[in-house]
Amino acid sequence: MTEALPPLAGLRAASPAASAVQVAAERRLKRRYAAEQRFKWYGRLAIILALSFLAVLLTRIVGQGYTAFWTHSVTTQVRIDPARVDRSYIEGTNFDQMIAEAVLVRLGGRDDPEGLASGQIRRLLSPDLGLNLLVRVREDPSLIGRTVTVGGAVSDEADFYFKGGITREQPEGDRPLSNQQLDTLDRLQAEGLVRSGFNTTLFTRTDSTQPEIAGLLGAVIGSALTILVAALLAVPVGVLAALYLEEFSPRNRLTQFIEVNINNLAAVPSIVYGLLGVAVILNTFGLPRASPLAGGMVLSLMAMPTVIIATRSALKAVPPSIREAAFGVGASRTQTVFHHVLPLAMPGVMTGAILALAKALGETAPLLLIGMVAFTPSIPSGPTDAATVLPVQIFLWNNASERGFEERTAAAILVLLLFMICMNALAITLRRRFERRW
Amino acid sequence: MSLLNRAVTADTTLLAPAVQPPHADNSGVDGPLPPEPRRAAPTLEIHTGPQAGAAVGAVKVSARDVNVFYGDKQAIFDVSLDIPDRAVTAFIGPSGCGKSTFLRTMNRMNDTIPSARTTGSITMDGEDVNARDVDPVVLRARVGMVFQKPNPFPKTIYENVAYGPRIHGLARGKSELDGIVEASLRKAGLWNEVADRLDQPGTSLSGGQQQRLVIARAISVSPEVILMDEPSSALDPIATARIEELIDELRGQYCIVIVTHSMSQAARVSQKTAFFHLGRVVEAGPTEDIFTNPRDKRTQDYITGRFG
Ligand SMILES: Nc1ncnc2c1ncn2[C@@H]1O[C@H](COP(=O)(O)OP(=O)(O)O)[C@@H](O)[C@H]1O
Ligand SMILES: [Mg+2]
Repeated sequence: MTEALPPLAGLRAASPAASAVQVAAERRLKRRYAAEQRFKWYGRLAIILALSFLAVLLTRIVGQGYTAFWTHSVTTQVRIDPARVDRSYIEGTNFDQMIAEAVLVRLGGRDDPEGLASGQIRRLLSPDLGLNLLVRVREDPSLIGRTVTVGGAVSDEADFYFKGGITREQPEGDRPLSNQQLDTLDRLQAEGLVRSGFNTTLFTRTDSTQPEIAGLLGAVIGSALTILVAALLAVPVGVLAALYLEEFSPRNRLTQFIEVNINNLAAVPSIVYGLLGVAVILNTFGLPRASPLAGGMVLSLMAMPTVIIATRSALKAVPPSIREAAFGVGASRTQTVFHHVLPLAMPGVMTGAILALAKALGETAPLLLIGMVAFTPSIPSGPTDAATVLPVQIFLWNNASERGFEERTAAAILVLLLFMICMNALAITLRRRFERRW
Repeated sequence: MSLLNRAVTADTTLLAPAVQPPHADNSGVDGPLPPEPRRAAPTLEIHTGPQAGAAVGAVKVSARDVNVFYGDKQAIFDVSLDIPDRAVTAFIGPSGCGKSTFLRTMNRMNDTIPSARTTGSITMDGEDVNARDVDPVVLRARVGMVFQKPNPFPKTIYENVAYGPRIHGLARGKSELDGIVEASLRKAGLWNEVADRLDQPGTSLSGGQQQRLVIARAISVSPEVILMDEPSSALDPIATARIEELIDELRGQYCIVIVTHSMSQAARVSQKTAFFHLGRVVEAGPTEDIFTNPRDKRTQDYITGRFG
């Protein structure tokens, strides 16, 4: 001890006559405080930076996507002209044209011989109205010759105008709708034929080439099925593999080699798993292309190393005294593991597994490769049907040229995020449940 | 072979009439129970107590030329030792001299360490515990173990004690299991403290209570031998006294081996003492002789505190 420490209470009261030693000690202390403050601020800055990135991302997506959650629809009365319906081939009827003409008449207009005026109106309505009418007439042919009320979404461009995305101030040539079409839309609204409401289509329908009638139901179900398959494969296999490696296997060269390679597998880019999936799952095993079964298998391969690593570290965290206690009363190794070690490791296992699956849920590349990128307008009824998944749907919509897909892409991202939040909430709930059982 | 049979059919000496709990009529474990008779205060004199001259039973465990290796490193060298039944044998010696290692050979706990290897013979009632047909799992039910740090399962107090009998199938039905749990807790001197909160976590007890819970857990499977590895080194003096008192009570029914760092504890609770040094047993004999009349210089140095 060559230098004296400053007196504990006399820091501030140090007189000018204080010894050089004391001054130096005081300076050191100040520097230490300053360094501590500095590091605190570095940490805070890092957190602020991370949070602001997240905030920017979320505001952008929400700002872009929130408009997709409500939409405009139109209702009109149509007389189903028997002369234009072939009773033996109802599907051949041009109901869209019939509805467009009815709207034209309702607004007091007259069609020209080339059908230009009605054609303009057709572009303001979605094919939904014609389809609705077709369905009803097919079910009840007695409607032919009567006047019925039919409703459905307006076209994505008309919807965009009602939402304020297209204005009259824009030069006519720069916008997808002519002045005349805008007049028609204004008239429709003035007549009270247009209603705005929650966009249920987004959640009750599947993909479509027309944004106004495109929905996410197929993708949501596809994602759920795919993740279910992935979970059913990756979690039991991963947990058992980890249990064996951690609790049963001898420590030797071979298990060390396996261990290193599992860690490597966790770092393999997902597209490689996609290629493997094509080669093995589709070509060798011959499982159906683009099916949640094939997709789930690929994703389970991806998630498994993470599940194994998470499970092993959860098992490692169980104090050895618990194993000794169980062995000490004569429990076998299997009893020790399943009665004591695994239950204690369960919260960690669950968290690891669900985080791995949440990551798999957002995976796109390997699923593109096994064909889930195909346009899938049907709801998969089982894991072997062709399906698409949310991230792939986002990818597809993002590439589509129609305007309406822009906001729907952002909305789909929000739905995917919601899906992930639900999975993480599940992870937390399970964790709590298992922890409470100590 | 009989090692195996005996453990499986191990019928419960626990349920001897003296400790038969009154569960037959009120079926519950938390009903009113007669208070336990008060025990005498623990004797805390440093020098060997009156039990020093007490008769000890026949040889229960016998080790001959035991060597233990951890990988290439030898931890135990040619140890030969007889452990008497119905008595307490103390292992003393400096840290790292192999007391725990040798203790763990007696219930083959070292089998759970991949690098550990044992040679030589250890017999219990004349049977080789390392024989191929002896299942270590069954052996460990007959040779209970208590560790340095209390390690109750993170389950209820009841479950802690009921676990052993359950996995060994010692109880037919709930009321019999309740009986074993109560009898074990009574023997461990814990019943009065926990009778009304058997459904609380074992980890919520104090350190000393946890250690007695662990002893109750060991007793619950009717062991013949109880190994204790520094059972009171993590406890305060009062809890330690309580454990020593308990060991003294259990001595009449079991063969107890205790590793201890405390010379006075060895002197107080044991009838036989073995002094370990660098993996060898330097000296073993009646506790009184070891402490009053050690033959080896190293024993003498150790018990007088010259190294340790
Ligand atoms: N699991 C193990 N692996 C390798 N060496 C061990 C292990 N356990 C104990 N040893 C070694 O064996 C020797 C004896 O240890 P131990 O039996 O714990 O001594 P004590 O209980 O007398 O303090 C020590 O040198 C220790 O380092
Ligand atoms: Mg030790």
